[in-house]
Amino acid sequence: MSKITAEDLTPIAFTLAVFVVWELACIVFRIDSFILPAPTAVFSAMGQYWWPLLRNSFVTLWTTVVGFILAVVFGIALGLVVGWSRAIYRGLYPVMIGFNSIPKVAVVPILIMWFGIGEIPAILTAFLISFFPIVVNVATGLATTEPELEDVLRALGASKLDIMRKVGIPRTGPYLFGALKVAITLAFVGAVVSETIGANAGLGHLMVQAGSNFQMPLVFAGLMALAIEGILMYAVFAFLEKRMVSWAFRSSSSAAG
Amino acid sequence: MIRLLDVTLSYPGRSGPVTALSHTSLTVEKGEFAAVVGPSGCGKSTLMKLVTGLIRPTKGKVEVEGQDVEGPVKIAGMAFQAANLLPWRSVLDNVILPLEIVSPHRARLRRDKAAYRDRAMDLLGVVGLKDFADRYPWEMSGGMQQRASLCRALIHEPALLMLDEPFAALDAFTREELLVVLRDLWQRLGFTVILVTHDLREAGFLADTIHVMSARPGRIVETRTVDFPRPRPLDVLYAPAFTDLVHSLRNKIAEVRQA
Ligand SMILES: Nc1ncnc2c1ncn2[C@@H]1O[C@H](COP(=O)(O)OP(=O)(O)OP(=O)(O)O)[C@@H](O)[C@H]1O
Ligand SMILES: [Mg+2]
Repeated sequence: MSKITAEDLTPIAFTLAVFVVWELACIVFRIDSFILPAPTAVFSAMGQYWWPLLRNSFVTLWTTVVGFILAVVFGIALGLVVGWSRAIYRGLYPVMIGFNSIPKVAVVPILIMWFGIGEIPAILTAFLISFFPIVVNVATGLATTEPELEDVLRALGASKLDIMRKVGIPRTGPYLFGALKVAITLAFVGAVVSETIGANAGLGHLMVQAGSNFQMPLVFAGLMALAIEGILMYAVFAFLEKRMVSWAFRSSSSAAG
Repeated sequence: MIRLLDVTLSYPGRSGPVTALSHTSLTVEKGEFAAVVGPSGCGKSTLMKLVTGLIRPTKGKVEVEGQDVEGPVKIAGMAFQAANLLPWRSVLDNVILPLEIVSPHRARLRRDKAAYRDRAMDLLGVVGLKDFADRYPWEMSGGMQQRASLCRALIHEPALLMLDEPFAALDAFTREELLVVLRDLWQRLGFTVILVTHDLREAGFLADTIHVMSARPGRIVETRTVDFPRPRPLDVLYAPAFTDLVHSLRNKIAEVRQA
């Protein structure tokens, strides 16, 4: 392990500073805890309601993860198909951008009407929202293979499949992991949005309920749980990315790479 | 070994077809070292793609080893100005890449892994990269990457080596070093070479014949035989006869650029 440097500590210092300023602001300006509860109030709510928070966090977590896994599986599959030929890429790309620009929130009520209140709309929203970045990145990775490298391999008698296996797929790695990092956070957003619109469990649901009971500290405790969960998921993929495609980080610093 | 018979090639451009080559004829014998020089954009890279069968001529015929070229020739090793190594593979694995594709090696690779590894190490030794086999491309200088790229082009012992300005991005000293490396490899292995270059000294030093192309639409306007005795030492580069050769080639190209 390398030594912990000042740079590693700054995020923690900043987070603490935000809490301190927030707390002070609440005291100095005498902000009503129905408007903005102080961090101490939020933390005590977290302590008091730790079980419902944990249980609902878990629901949000698994709907997010299931939606995300679906998005990864189908996203990679479609990405490979789209990246396979430049013609398909050029044809489908604008269509995908079009689909992607539909705000997914608008789809949630439809999903709820189709599948009823429950986990399925949350899973599907998570899937829809995180699907396109994966497709686009996988396809881009494949479609931007250096033509000269392709020539080298084709002059050796390589089939399209050979080129995909030896060059295309490995080189989509960095694109894919970059997309996964973004996609997991998006999937999370999707699941929570869907829960706030219509669900009977999950952090989004919990916050809506707490809000309608005017339990502002609990609403903020829910927010805090969301932030923690989001950071953890991002961190997992940032870590995986570093491990799996370390060559992309290092080679980007050399001009020839 | 290689014959282009009255070949014309047009690309479908945005504003009508672009004729890159028109009525080009060229013969390269087996084991010959041929160089192609000419003004920029005259169709040299196009010529390379035609010979390797990566593109088909619009008119005319391309023959390699007595057979009409109808698709990628599968016997060629290629290297370009950019080394284009795969950054996720070590140098050794980059060099082995063609063996994973060319038959019959691809079927044997798994079984004879050690033998193929030795072969790659030998080749890396010849170009002076023995100690760098386990490094990654991004850890090496441009010249070292280009050496590895040469090894990759030769590992499957191709009958034909196609080089498209392989040394253009290198400094003068590294280039001279690699000229010697290429000269020795060619003398040892005896493959046929077509080398496209902007550097007339490079062409004169290495080649048996130098083909001069006209400005676009390109065709071969002159073919020179270079008969300095082999093996050629680097000193040839500074001999008066050599300077004369380079000079007259230069004038020829200046002339076709005007036309
Ligand atoms: N894929 C393509 N589509 C349309 N035109 C092309 C294509 N490739 C090449 N050309 C045109 O054909 C001509 C010859 O190109 P080529 O790449 O063979 O030239 P070159 O002699 O290799 O040039 P340079 O010395 O600069 O590398 C150029 O005018 C170029 O614009
Ligand atoms: Mg060129």
